[in-house]
Amino acid sequence: MREIEANTVIEKVKDLCIDANCEVPECLLSALRVAREREDSPSGKAVLGIILRNAEIAREERVPICQDTGIAVVFVEMGEDVRVKGGNLKKVINEGVRRGYKEGYLRNSMCDPFTRENTGDNTPAVIHFDLVPGDKLKLIVVPKGGGAENMSGVTRLRPSDGVEGFKDFVVTRVRESSGNACPPIIVGVGIGGTFEQTALLAKKALLRPVGKPSTHPELAKIEKELLKDINDLGIGPMGLGGRTTALAVHIETFPCHIASLLVAININCHAHRHKEAIL
Amino acid sequence: MIRAIMLSTPLSDQDVEKLRMGDRVLFDGVVYTARDAAHRRLVDLIKEGKELPFDLSGQVIYYVGPSPARPGHVIGSAGPTSSYRMDPSSPYLIAKGLKGMVGKGPRSQGVVDAMMKYKCVYFATVGGAGALLAKAIKKSEVIAYEDLGPEAIRRLEVEDFPAIVAQDVYGGNLYVEGVKRYAR
Repeated sequence: MREIEANTVIEKVKDLCIDANCEVPECLLSALRVAREREDSPSGKAVLGIILRNAEIAREERVPICQDTGIAVVFVEMGEDVRVKGGNLKKVINEGVRRGYKEGYLRNSMCDPFTRENTGDNTPAVIHFDLVPGDKLKLIVVPKGGGAENMSGVTRLRPSDGVEGFKDFVVTRVRESSGNACPPIIVGVGIGGTFEQTALLAKKALLRPVGKPSTHPELAKIEKELLKDINDLGIGPMGLGGRTTALAVHIETFPCHIASLLVAININCHAHRHKEAIL
Repeated sequence: MIRAIMLSTPLSDQDVEKLRMGDRVLFDGVVYTARDAAHRRLVDLIKEGKELPFDLSGQVIYYVGPSPARPGHVIGSAGPTSSYRMDPSSPYLIAKGLKGMVGKGPRSQGVVDAMMKYKCVYFATVGGAGALLAKAIKKSEVIAYEDLGPEAIRRLEVEDFPAIVAQDVYGGNLYVEGVKRYAR
């Protein structure tokens, strides 16, 4: 059994939190540049230009892209032949988040749901564990802002509602989000599974490189159709009108019960942040 | 490129009456920050007839909870938060003389009614552009509710802070009109 020191994991999670908040992935920047070229709306073009300039400033000055540095969502893929030595993995990840948010001058956005009292260090992180073959530990840190997360939703359709049913649900949810989700957005869609699983599928769909189509040809076609339907809404950058409402739609599916068709949409703002590392 | 209108705070009725949906503006002067929790406290004070931590007349409120400042910086990242969450509170503040609100996303009919009645404009700025917008903030000082952390009320001094008139005092609404123009 391979062993990794707890401190190595803490330091890595800390760095991932800071890097994810100050640097957006290149796939997002190229999608934004293409969108700026194609955008017809003058205010939409201006907004896209500001977003691109903001990304440069954030990277150069190590300042967060957005003041909402998010809930720290962490996806963990734990090899079956590796263990973390010298600390409970959940505690170790939370310690990394605590240090990352403090040392990176990131905002603490976590609070009690009722008293609204801030936890003071952006913990607890929301951690999703998965066991995989091998002896590696993969960590993906996804700071998730409140504005776009608030626009997400889960619904249960009748199986007979089919493809048109879930397309309607997705487009309607995007229309209702208007400028609140900070468009241009990335749309994650989960279809199938159980209630909690469909939501997780939608979140995982956001981890795919921006615009990379589904490996399933039929789903890839639906992703393309949905992207067109969403961009035809005219919402545009920041909801002020324009052609660019979404940069990509990513769909993930899982088999489901014969009685069910659960669908979830998890929206990400244009500050599409995630960073990963393999230890 | 359309030339931006310079707006020096505090604003008068005449200042806001000149503005129309879609106008680009640059703010100079003082703006105050407040988000959900600070709004709830301000509205409670108004309902109880008590004095507010700052005089609202002519002022502009920016919906922002900045990230902490790095050493040597005035403020951290400082972009707008979604405005709809302040919709239940805003009419109380507008009735007390508030002249401008800066945030992102559309406002409710209740806010629009108050904006038209008391002359107050709603400005949108770019969400997720907090690193860029912070450069227009030259001074930042917490003036109330320090216990709220990022939600405390700050007095900001800004120079050339960019925004766009999203909803004007005549009912003009860029979230409706702008979208109509590009919908297919």
